[in-house]
Amino acid sequence: MSMSARDKFGLALIAVALIALPFVLASAGTAWVRITNFAVLFVLLSLGLNIVVGFAGLLDLGYVAFFAVGAYVYALLASPHFGLHLPFWVILPIGATVACVAGVILGAPTLRLRGDYLAIVTLGFGEIVRIFMNNLSSPVNLTNGPKGINRIDPFQIGPLNFSASDTIGTLVFSGPIKYYYFLLLVLLAVIVINRRLQDSRIGRAWVAIREDEIAARASGINTRNIKLLAFAMGASFGGIAGGMFAAIQGFVSPESFVLNESIMVLAMVVLGGMGNIWGVIAGAMLLSFVPELLRYTVEPVQRALFGKLLVDPEVLRMLVFGAALVLTMRFRPAGLWPETRHRREMSENRA
Amino acid sequence: MDILLQQIINGLTTGSVYAVVALGYTMVYGVIQLINFAHGEVVMIGAMVAFSIITSLAGSGLPPLVIVLAGVLAAIPACMTMGYLLERVAYRPLRHAPRLAPLITAIGMSIVLQHLALLAWGRNPLAFPQIIDNRVFGIGGAAISSVQIAIILLSLTMMAGLSWFVYRTRFGIAIRATAENVHVAGLMGVNADRVIAVTFIIGAGLGAVAGVMYGSYYGIAHYTMGFSLGLKAFSAAVLGGIGNIAGAMVGGILLGLVEALGTGYVGEFTDLCHWPIAHGWLSAQCADGGNFVLFGSNYQDVFAFLMLILVLVFRPSGLLGERVSERA
Repeated sequence: MSMSARDKFGLALIAVALIALPFVLASAGTAWVRITNFAVLFVLLSLGLNIVVGFAGLLDLGYVAFFAVGAYVYALLASPHFGLHLPFWVILPIGATVACVAGVILGAPTLRLRGDYLAIVTLGFGEIVRIFMNNLSSPVNLTNGPKGINRIDPFQIGPLNFSASDTIGTLVFSGPIKYYYFLLLVLLAVIVINRRLQDSRIGRAWVAIREDEIAARASGINTRNIKLLAFAMGASFGGIAGGMFAAIQGFVSPESFVLNESIMVLAMVVLGGMGNIWGVIAGAMLLSFVPELLRYTVEPVQRALFGKLLVDPEVLRMLVFGAALVLTMRFRPAGLWPETRHRREMSENRA
Repeated sequence: MDILLQQIINGLTTGSVYAVVALGYTMVYGVIQLINFAHGEVVMIGAMVAFSIITSLAGSGLPPLVIVLAGVLAAIPACMTMGYLLERVAYRPLRHAPRLAPLITAIGMSIVLQHLALLAWGRNPLAFPQIIDNRVFGIGGAAISSVQIAIILLSLTMMAGLSWFVYRTRFGIAIRATAENVHVAGLMGVNADRVIAVTFIIGAGLGAVAGVMYGSYYGIAHYTMGFSLGLKAFSAAVLGGIGNIAGAMVGGILLGLVEALGTGYVGEFTDLCHWPIAHGWLSAQCADGGNFVLFGSNYQDVFAFLMLILVLVFRPSGLLGERVSERA
């Protein structure tokens, strides 16, 4: 991969912009840095789901369950709930592993069946995980039930505490800004991993399965194991994102892991373009800012027109996500920014 | 004994509702091999429409049976229209697209419908007005209410009617032919598009009645009720063998029974104080009739799902179904 001078210059420009971004945002208010952090978190989730849905073509409707597992693992191991305070670099791999195991347990019985079953089973699984989180407060208080777990430890690297502000020269590094840089690093790593995966033997096997499972099996691919691998990898990415979510938020409760969240991540992947990393990132960014956009436009407009809030922005948000899924599939099935191969496939198969 | 009988009666009631909803899933699946995720929402909208009509007529002085009938008769065409529109707008254009596409639209439609219902009826559940004199009869130490009797009888009637339609009429033959092989059925002069549309409409009509029954049994209708009801009914359809009409009926009733008995007894079974091995280290909790319940009745919604997983692991074709594993 040789780069032209122009490419290098463009890349450097993007890097500088990304590094400067939080300070620009912070001047408009720290809230914007937080919003951006959550957007990056959702980009991570979308990239994880993209492995399952985009690369391997398996519809997972309960992806938020793995996010939840990661978040609860972090919350239980780094909060006063059990009095455990492990460092984050120990917990994040544990969370990823637990989520991965959950993915394998769920995937093993269902992945040998048609994709439809996987969709419905994952849908149910997402719900079950939430029911368990809600109810595992008795007889032993494991999850603290609907009240959730409070006062979760922030990240800490040596003396660097991610919940406090540090000042270097005239620059103020607030907590959210530190998380932003951390998330950016993780995002970079995830993108590199995804790119490598896509071009690897495994990535090609996933695409082969997505396009024609029987032909893939005939070519000597162990389809069940390869599908299981996609599922497990997607799950572990979800677990890592969940751990970071718990730390950034400082609080987790079953409320955060409802079906609507799974739908939101799915809409990001589908809208952006299943299988195309850059498309998925763009889709996730776009849809992450939809709720904010609605909050700042729909609410004031309604109040000005009717004097009260008629349509909750939250409801509109879900309508947008639902419509995005339907309309994308109907008019642009390969997404707004399709992967070349996928585009070909999605148009060829139309009889 | 009476508790067992009571749970069986309750299970039969919810089970027959599951069966009627499951028919909607299984018929659509039978003809186009698509899980109509939005079916649960159609059922929910049936309940909401009927409840709105019933509430607005509650003070009119009409006989209660007429009011309920008016509600049901309004819900059925509303749901049928919705079923038809769903098929036309969301599924028909994608019939030849890759499998993933209609699945994604289906889930998208389900979210859209759910939130449109939220806009139309609000966040609070609608309550069933107290117009029916719900008499309770005792049998063998258990109780059965007139609503329960009505639900069970109505469901059985609808299932019988559907069976007659599918197995004894010309159009039923067309449906079964389409389910067998769309292309060959087309060559034999069956209008596949019409068959598929009618399947959606029948499923939605049955769903409307099921929604009203479910809502009146629990006394409330809520914009989220379609989700878990749909999931359970789908599990029932898989349990019976998806695509198989008799299977959906058996699966629904069986699932209702499993759920009722499971919910009734899981607390007792998982109370570690009843288990001799646990006595040593739980003696403090178990003293003075205390208990140590691992899973209580709050896990009710888990049973359907566990059943689904178990069926998929051990008998993916369902109790009465044909082979359904991956086919090209």
